[in-house]
Amino acid sequence: MSLKLEEIRNLIKESIPDAEITIQDLAGDENHYSATIKSKIFNGKSKIEQHKMVYKSLKGKMGNELHALSINTIEG
Amino acid sequence: MNEIAKKKISELIEKNEVCLFMKGTPDVPQCGFSLAVSNVLKHLGVNFKGVNVLEDNDIREGIKIFSDWPTIPQLYIKKEFIGGCDIVKEMFEKKELQAKLSEKKIPYKN
Repeated sequence: MSLKLEEIRNLIKESIPDAEITIQDLAGDENHYSATIKSKIFNGKSKIEQHKMVYKSLKGKMGNELHALSINTIEG
Repeated sequence: MNEIAKKKISELIEKNEVCLFMKGTPDVPQCGFSLAVSNVLKHLGVNFKGVNVLEDNDIREGIKIFSDWPTIPQLYIKKEFIGGCDIVKEMFEKKELQAKLSEKKIPYKN
């Protein structure tokens, strides 16, 4: 099971339209990614809430099709 | 989530002031993210309980619902959900984890 980099980007973009997203495929296996996401919707939210917003945008794929995604959220 | 899982998880975070739900054990972590959090806690000399979710499917699936968090590892300090690997590492680098430990009166070394 894997998820393409562009699919991840599109899913995040769909629910966080103003997001500036940088994604790296860490191992080149479409299974281990690192994403930096900058958006205004993170402003004033706790880190836990920010990461939950990203997880939510991935619609349950996190922990399933997508094994490992390291997330770094930045307030916009 | 099923009641057994909920009871098991509640008891674990009740009994263990610093409780890390992880893949593998602190000595033999089975996933890089679990290893990273375990190492942060070891580095700080924090006495913690590592719960190997690979040994208990109730806990493995239950903890995701319990915390409303889809991934493992998950760190609890005095029953408060602190976060997963990325958050714990970032908090450690910014000394926020150390501040949290102090606030919760958990001994650690710098």
